[in-house]
Amino acid sequence: MSALSHARHVLAENPVTALSFCLFALLALAALAGPALVPYDPLASSDRALAPPSALHWFGTDNLGRDVFSRVVVATRLDLGMAFAAVALVFVTGTLAGVTAGFLGGWTDRVIGRLTDTIMAFPLFVLAMGLVAAAGNTVANVVYATAIINFPIYARVARTEANIRRDAGFVEAARLAGASTATVMLGEVLPNVLPIMMVQVSLTMGYAILNTAGLSFIGLGIRPPTAEWGIMVAEGAGYIVSGEWWIALFPGLALMLAVFTFNLMGDGLRDIVDPRRRT
Amino acid sequence: MLGLLARRLAAALPTLAGVVVVTFVMTRALPGDPAAYFAGPAATREAVEEIRRQLGLDQPLWVQFGRYLADLARGDLGVSITTGQPVLSDIAQRLPASAELTLLGLLIAAGFGIPMGVAAALRPNSWVDHLCRVVATAGVSLPTFFTGLLLVYVFYYLLGWAPAPLGRLDAFSSPPPHVTGFHLIDSALAGDGETFLAAAAQLVLPALTLGIFALAPIARMTRGAMLAVMSSDFIRAARASGLAGRTIVIRYALRNALLPVVTTLGMVLSFLLGANVLVEKVFAWPGIGSYAVEALIASDYVPVQGFVMTMAALYVALNLLIDLAYQAIDPRVRIEA
Repeated sequence: MSALSHARHVLAENPVTALSFCLFALLALAALAGPALVPYDPLASSDRALAPPSALHWFGTDNLGRDVFSRVVVATRLDLGMAFAAVALVFVTGTLAGVTAGFLGGWTDRVIGRLTDTIMAFPLFVLAMGLVAAAGNTVANVVYATAIINFPIYARVARTEANIRRDAGFVEAARLAGASTATVMLGEVLPNVLPIMMVQVSLTMGYAILNTAGLSFIGLGIRPPTAEWGIMVAEGAGYIVSGEWWIALFPGLALMLAVFTFNLMGDGLRDIVDPRRRT
Repeated sequence: MLGLLARRLAAALPTLAGVVVVTFVMTRALPGDPAAYFAGPAATREAVEEIRRQLGLDQPLWVQFGRYLADLARGDLGVSITTGQPVLSDIAQRLPASAELTLLGLLIAAGFGIPMGVAAALRPNSWVDHLCRVVATAGVSLPTFFTGLLLVYVFYYLLGWAPAPLGRLDAFSSPPPHVTGFHLIDSALAGDGETFLAAAAQLVLPALTLGIFALAPIARMTRGAMLAVMSSDFIRAARASGLAGRTIVIRYALRNALLPVVTTLGMVLSFLLGANVLVEKVFAWPGIGSYAVEALIASDYVPVQGFVMTMAALYVALNLLIDLAYQAIDPRVRIEA
């Protein structure tokens, strides 16, 4: 297994990538088993409101006496889930659109190029805001909007990669063997583009998390009292000026850690998949 | 140069057309029935039908689109239900606050990001380089609303250096006479040092928040571009000719390295304009971002659409400017006619 030994070599060379994999495992654990692990009910209020961090409440309590630690851990599933749904959606649609545009060229390429140009003509977060406001303030629409603003990145990368391989030897061979255009595109070109697109998943995951949390911070998507990092930071924002820092700090740190993990992991994965692009 | 400008404007037209179509679809995709929405919850069936006729919603879609274009051409973005004012005048009134904040943020980002990128590229794998990499990765990982709150906590609550995060001026100052709408410039023009300091004090933290966010991509790009330029032949030739290190780095290398950095400014501006919305909310900044957020919370969708349209138009215009600047700096770049 040369790929595996190469991966092991890169991990040993780059301890930061190894660290990012550990952090990812931690996040995955919180997302999968979070509700079973936390000491308190994330929605249950108590009479200990605005208590600073202590042995009883590791991250303190908020204005309703809810345990901040429990809320931060439980929110992991929702935040990562929304971002993951958006990225999965755009991974499929963007990759297919990009590969089709790059492989077929012609008017398909022009139509998809025009579409990505139009999306890129907006400041992306502003476009997401407008889309959610227009389509309705629901969680599903936040996911769709996040997928849409990421579409150009996927479509463009996939287009370039498919375009390079358009006349590669193995493609010519498949054509000569009598394979149809669709078979060549999906059976020969697409599998070769996929590893590079997988790296994009990790790289855009961080941006998708920031985007969904930012939208909930301004009141779009998830509604209180649900535990979600963006909302929790928004709820804690009012208490920052009076010195109750823990309500906003811990969900903010969790958000930062998640984005940081995916960005680092994306860089590391790129080194494994495509050593030429190492910076 | 004029012909060039015309060509670039023509090239921006399809993009602008795309923007107009998207915003039109947004106005027609309002949750539920737009006519019922504008008529209000207490309206009768007849009133709703009347509004539908007034708004032209009973017409075919292409007629509606024509009306939408005509309205846009007249600068009519509709009327906000919350403020009762035309959206365009609301936005025009609040735009200088956002522009002042965003521009200062960009200045801070470029002012720190470019030197940092240069220093990192001159000494690869030194501590400056590692610092640059950490800052670049951390910078893009920071949610702007969170950075803003951290700065408020440290500099307002703990240290007491910054004023309360409540808008462009504290309660004791009055805005300077309106010339440009930028408080810093207007107060300086009026020779009003006190107002200038008050406005600057309010501006520092939000501008710093935006600056930290935009610093990462600028530093990263500068580092990459400088590394590429420093290993090129003309730098080696300049070295061999015995030119001073400072001359080589600044006059020869940096000027060439800045070209790719200018092209990434478009992406940086996209981030900045989006982050602006979040930062304005944190600092109760009376700009167009917080205007849109307030309208969103009140389910007043016309201002939100006007805001999206304005931002897109601004962004297209800024990209055009960047393009022109790029061609002014680099004569090699000529778009094919």
